[in-house]
Amino acid sequence: MYHSLKQITDEATEKGVPFWKPVMLDDCKEQGISEEQSLQYMDGIWQAMKTSETEYDPKLKSRSGLVGTDAAKIHARRERNEMICDDFTSAVIERALKIAESNACMKRIVAAPTAGSCGVVPAVLISAQERWGFDDRAMAEALYTAGGIGEVIACRACLAGAEGGCQAEIGSASAMAAGALAGLLGGSAETICHAAALALKNLLGLACDPVAGLVEVPCVKRNVTGAVNALTSADLALAGIRSRIPPDEVIDAMKAIGRRMDSTLRETGEGGLAATPTGMLIRAHIAGTKGAD
Amino acid sequence: MLLSDIIGPVMVGPSSSHTAGAVRIGNVARRLLAERVASARITLHGSFRATGRGHGTDRAIVAGLLGMHVDDSRIPDSFEIAEKEGLDFSLTGADLGDSFHPNTAKIDLTGVSGTELEVVASSVGGGRIRVVQIDGLDVSFSGECPTLIVQNVDQPGHVAEVTSMLEHKSVNIAAMQLVRENRGGKAAMVIECDQEIPAEAVKWLTRLEGVIKVIYLSMEEPESGV
Repeated sequence: MYHSLKQITDEATEKGVPFWKPVMLDDCKEQGISEEQSLQYMDGIWQAMKTSETEYDPKLKSRSGLVGTDAAKIHARRERNEMICDDFTSAVIERALKIAESNACMKRIVAAPTAGSCGVVPAVLISAQERWGFDDRAMAEALYTAGGIGEVIACRACLAGAEGGCQAEIGSASAMAAGALAGLLGGSAETICHAAALALKNLLGLACDPVAGLVEVPCVKRNVTGAVNALTSADLALAGIRSRIPPDEVIDAMKAIGRRMDSTLRETGEGGLAATPTGMLIRAHIAGTKGAD
Repeated sequence: MLLSDIIGPVMVGPSSSHTAGAVRIGNVARRLLAERVASARITLHGSFRATGRGHGTDRAIVAGLLGMHVDDSRIPDSFEIAEKEGLDFSLTGADLGDSFHPNTAKIDLTGVSGTELEVVASSVGGGRIRVVQIDGLDVSFSGECPTLIVQNVDQPGHVAEVTSMLEHKSVNIAAMQLVRENRGGKAAMVIECDQEIPAEAVKWLTRLEGVIKVIYLSMEEPESGV
């Protein structure tokens, strides 16, 4: 398990291999499995991510009724050629919504790194495969890149909203997607780390304030923000722009911010959007009609 | 934490703690019972009680009791499947007390042959769980490795009997706990193992004088309940 992005970068540079390679070899060592077995797992994950998109049901609403059907609205707007964003970015937006809505509607997804942030990485990567035609093997490699970034964040900070707020979930997912995309497009290990750092920096301080404590509002739509933020961050890094704060220090800052966050902003459903008059009304309504008692 | 905890698991949403963890709680409870579940009284505590329905915690636990895993797309339909399979269940909310993790469920199970078991388990984050009570005795194990629970009369010699059997079967002990209700009363040992314990060895334990009940959580898949 790597404790810093620098450690992965140094090892990759020293051996003249891409960023994903040491991450994969470390997984083989940790689990006592062969490279083939590890790759087989990752390909399975990649296929499951693609399925999580194709199984989207445009008519389905979550049990609370708060989310669902929004990806279909973006799809319709794309069909009418009305999107402000270009077609690639629009595809990313639609996919992020599809997968995050599917999660809220109890469909099968891949937690990456969490269920609440499950739309970010696949939205970016599936759209990249569609646009540039990478084969599935390249996509599995990109998932190692994403996973390596996630491992370091888990090790230095955290990936749970209850611990670090939404910055730890959507922020981490966005960093993982940005790095993976930069790597797919030929970015060096250093570029990958800076893409991740730039993405995470933009989402520092993001509170986890889910209405009624459910993984729905604002979680689903924040998947879109995380995914689009990954695109711009990868573009910056690939253009040669660097985070003035070293990537590992950005992760440490995320941890420090999470520690200072009040518990009402860490997945308790008691602060922020959850504590607004409307948020409280929704909560009361759900508790009144749908409690376990 | 492994790479597969960061990119994965493949699971039915919406929440790793409230849905995937809840499926695992149901599944481990069923495997601890070691037979098909005839009826289950499920009590949700804390955050499970407050947000359980919105997260599908209720359906997830029933899915686990039916033998489903976290990635089973039938989880949302578990109530209907339970009805079809003849699994009688009830759901209530209750405050089990401050000592329990907010994501906790208590499940009272009766198997098809009449075996009874009470399990309290918590979902402790990222889909991981911890069994914290069995038949009223405080325990602590993850359910991720073969686990033997022997309930016995609190008297000398039982630990030696069990551990020498394990030695004989070349089973290595990963962790072990001893608990008791009171001196000379009901006691239990919880042994997490690196290898599976052969079925006949588990059965042999039930015949020992002073042994009240033997529960064994195998990692091998039991016959499907659904």
